[in-house]
Order: sequence, then C-alpha cells, then structure tokens
Amino acid sequence: MAQVGFKAGVQDYRLTYYTPDYTPKDTDLLACFRVTPQPGVPPEEAAAAVAAESSTGTWTTVWTDNLTDLERYKGRCYNIEPVPGEENQYFAFVAYPLDLFEEGSVTNILTSLVGNVFGFKALRALRLEDIRVPVALVKTFQGPPHGIVVERDKLNKYGRPLLGCTIKPKLGLSAKNYGRAVYECLRGGLDFTKDDENINSQPFMRWRDRFLFVQEAVQKAQAETGEIKGHYLNVTAPTCEEMLKRAEFAKEIGAIIIMHDFLTAGFTANTTLAKWCRDNGVLLHIHRAMHAVIDRQKNHGIHFRVLAKCLRLSGGDHLHSGTVVGKLEGDRAATLGFIDLMREDYVEEDRSRGIFFTQDYASMPGVLPVASGGIHVWHMPALLEIFGDDACFQFGGGTLGHPWGNAPGATANRVALEACVQARNEGRSLAREGNEIIKEAARWCPELAAACELWKEIKFEFDTVDTL
Amino acid sequence: MQTLPKERHYETLSYLPPMTDQQILKQIQYLLAQGYIPAIEFEKDPTPTDHHWTLWKLPLFNATTPQEVLNEVRECKAQYPDHYIRVIGFDNIRQCQALSFIVYKPNASRF
Repeated sequence: MAQVGFKAGVQDYRLTYYTPDYTPKDTDLLACFRVTPQPGVPPEEAAAAVAAESSTGTWTTVWTDNLTDLERYKGRCYNIEPVPGEENQYFAFVAYPLDLFEEGSVTNILTSLVGNVFGFKALRALRLEDIRVPVALVKTFQGPPHGIVVERDKLNKYGRPLLGCTIKPKLGLSAKNYGRAVYECLRGGLDFTKDDENINSQPFMRWRDRFLFVQEAVQKAQAETGEIKGHYLNVTAPTCEEMLKRAEFAKEIGAIIIMHDFLTAGFTANTTLAKWCRDNGVLLHIHRAMHAVIDRQKNHGIHFRVLAKCLRLSGGDHLHSGTVVGKLEGDRAATLGFIDLMREDYVEEDRSRGIFFTQDYASMPGVLPVASGGIHVWHMPALLEIFGDDACFQFGGGTLGHPWGNAPGATANRVALEACVQARNEGRSLAREGNEIIKEAARWCPELAAACELWKEIKFEFDTVDTL
Repeated sequence: MQTLPKERHYETLSYLPPMTDQQILKQIQYLLAQGYIPAIEFEKDPTPTDHHWTLWKLPLFNATTPQEVLNEVRECKAQYPDHYIRVIGFDNIRQCQALSFIVYKPNASRF
C-alpha cells in the first residue's frame, strides 16, 4: 500500500503555497495581508499558511487532494516584504485563481479571504490590508444602484458637495417630533437628513410612523424651497423580508433615498437591497456601524479600504468615509486613498496612500463619500479643499446645535458651503483664505454669524495622526 | 434669535446674494477652465423636479471667453425678463452634466 497508495502526513505549507516565482495573472484576485507570525514561525511558513488556509489547504494532506488539480485552484503567496518600521511584521501578497469565487458574491470573497485563517495558531495577528478584484470578477457585480453621476442628475444638484444632518437625539423622539426636526433642517437648506444607525423600529417610534411623518416633512420642505430634498430612511431590519417590506413602503410614499447598515446586516442582505434599489430607482445610503471593530487595530482585522471596496461591489450610493478634520480624525493620505477607491473608475497603486494594488472598476458607478462627525461651519473650507465636490458633508451637532435652531443652522452651513464654492471657483485658496471667506459671508448672513460666534475657528492643518 | 423666513432657492449659488457681472464672469471662467461645455437654461416658474429647463439656443460649443457666454445670458434675460436663468456645464468626457449655477432670479429677496 505504501508505495502505490497515498502518503499521509503534515507537510510544511511553504512547499505548496509559497511560490515566489509566480507572476500573478490578470484574472487573479490579489490580496495583501499584514502577517505577524508567532515567535519561531518563519515568515514564509506563516505567509504560505495564510494562502493555504484561505484557499484549498488544510492542516494535513488528504487523499482527495489527488483527485483535483491544486495548481489550478490553490492560492499562492508570491511575495513577502517586511513592514517598514515594524518588528516581525510582513506584507504577504497572495494570488487567488478566479475560479475560487462565486460570481457577484462579496460574501463568498470574504468567507474565503478572512475566514478561518484569522484564528490560525501560527499567527499572532493578521490584517487584510488591500485586495485587487480582477475586472473579470468586477463585471459580475452590479455595484452601486445609481452612482454619483446619476444621483446628481436625479437630485438636480451640481458643482457642489451635498449637505446632510443626522437627527438627534439619536433615540427617544416620537415620530411626529422627529418629522419636525427633519422639516426644519431641510427647509433651511440641507439636501438630506438622516436616521441614526440604531433607529430601526423601536417602541418609542415604529418605522411606519417615522416614515410617514418624515416623508411629509420632506415634501413640505421641498415645496417651500424649490429644491429636491431627501431623508435617509433606515430600512435595516431583523430579517431580509422585513427590510424589503420597509423599502417597498418607503418607495410607495415617494422617498427618494433609503439607508442600510452594511456590516451589521451583512453583505448578502446589502447586495439584495442594492439590487432592489436599482430596480426601484431608490438611492441607497450606507452606514458603517461596526467598522471600527474590524478596522481599528493596525496589526489585526481588515483595513477600511477593503470594506469600502467590498461595499462598492455589493452596492451603495453613499458610504461614510470619515472627515479627516472632525472628531473622528484619520490619516489624510490614507483617507484620500480609500475615497479614490470609492469614487474613481481606475485607481493606481500608491503605497504612500495605502493603495497596494492598481484597481480597475471597469465603469462600475462610484460611491459618494460621506464626511460626518464633529464638523461645523469653520471646517467647511478644509472639507471642500480635501473632498472636492463629490461628497456629502453631514453636520449633526453643527446644524442642530445652532443657537437659533435647525433651520437657521442649516442655512448657516449652506451659505458657508456656497461661499466656499464660489471663492474656490474664483481661484481663491481655501487653505489660506478659508476663515476669511467664512467671515465675509457672515457679514451679510446673520445665521452664519451666529454659528461663527458659537463655534471656534479652526486652524487649517493636516498633521498626520496615524501612519500608514 | 430670528426665525428663518420661507424662501425659494434654485440650487448651487442660490444661497448667495445675486452675483454681479464680474462675479458671474469668474464662475464661467471656472467652468471653461474645467473643459466643460457651457449652456444656458431658463424657466418661468420651475418646480423642484423640473430636471430640464428650456435650453437657450444650443450649448455654446465654441465659446472661448466668459464674456461670450455672459452676452448670451444677457440676451436671454432681455427676452425672458420674468424667467429664472442658470448656466450649466457639460462634461463630454464623463458624458454628463457637471455644473449648474443660478445667474438670474427675477424676484430675488436677500439671496
């Protein structure tokens, strides 16, 4: 039996899964992991283990390995680099053959890439830094239901960022009082208001009541201002059936946009909803609750740029991206890197911005980044300078906290934004003259003057807090 | 403390005081500098969901100076003094409308 049969046993992973001579194919899905091996485990073995466990391998050889062609199906670690400035951390680059993945399934990609392997004993920590999805696979995804260009056409809003506001307090308002807060914000000049992420359908405000009062508020504000308004109705629900039921109702009453929490609800639910949104012409705003659990640790988890890329494939028209300047500061270069991954059609590899692979989206629509959290009128020049026009700025406290209330607060923000847009277009420098531009507008706009008095001027600077 | 009055608006730059010709020229200059194709639209009583306002002539494909565009705006205003007028920009590379800003409001209040 021994000679003609099967040789059982445990083999070093690197013998099969570390192939430094391999040149990745255009159709391979590529991944870059930050690997921290346990003491005594050589980096090649740790990196090969990642490739193996996230593709065809298991801890011991099995006879059925011989009934397939591992060369065709295995993931390969094709490059290892020490992480600059870190001891015992390595970037491991892995190529996965296209056939390992089901078409149009983010769920399947993640189940493979960040499945069992993250609990693997030989690794002290593991982080998925970036992925390159081959065009052949990108083309199997619908992506964003509408994208930035179509959204602007639907909303009739061009040449400026959009403005939003999350209604607070986040929990505990009745549906009617909530609707009033929405109306006041929108009539003051915001484009959107937003359900907070944890508002679903609680005893104090059931979803249907909220939807109806909010939609009345939206329509009243729209009729009075002459501009298109929307409120992100959160349809995140305990089951997919319930999610779709709420989405249907939102459409029935004329809502132009709904919202979903893609990580807590899951990619399967999100993709289902994104397809429904395209079929029904409803915009989809995506919140990212739980992302910090996954992306905050530098040596373990998944970087947000991967989550953003996955969301673009799964589908969403807006996605929260951080502000660079507000209460949730992120490194500017890295943030701009993943903002490109949301918006652009073709993004070149650029390590200085944390982009490990060139990504071609092959005409998939772009996702509008949403900057939200701790921002107010004085941040406006910096936000416009950093994000440009294709973004949504959401001022929660920065609208509702205005001393005269929501509507004047909204006007203050809108005037500040338009003053900045006008100044930029005239060739003025937002970085140097930002505060002056805001002050000039405050001279003729009392709502803005009141806001400027309440909140403090900021220094326009971009010191890096995190490093790449 | 003040209550915000009810006012109608017309999207980008409609929350600013009416622009002088000099200011309008600078905005058109920006539009041309982006490589966009300028055009002029007008409408008497536009509703929020009127995506299309009536086009003044055709897009000004051959305009090279802001003044040429402003001259068309003036002509449009002379002929339709009770209409709202906006300048828009087309991006033929991205194949979409890229810009829009209001340049004339017949019943302007403080904005």
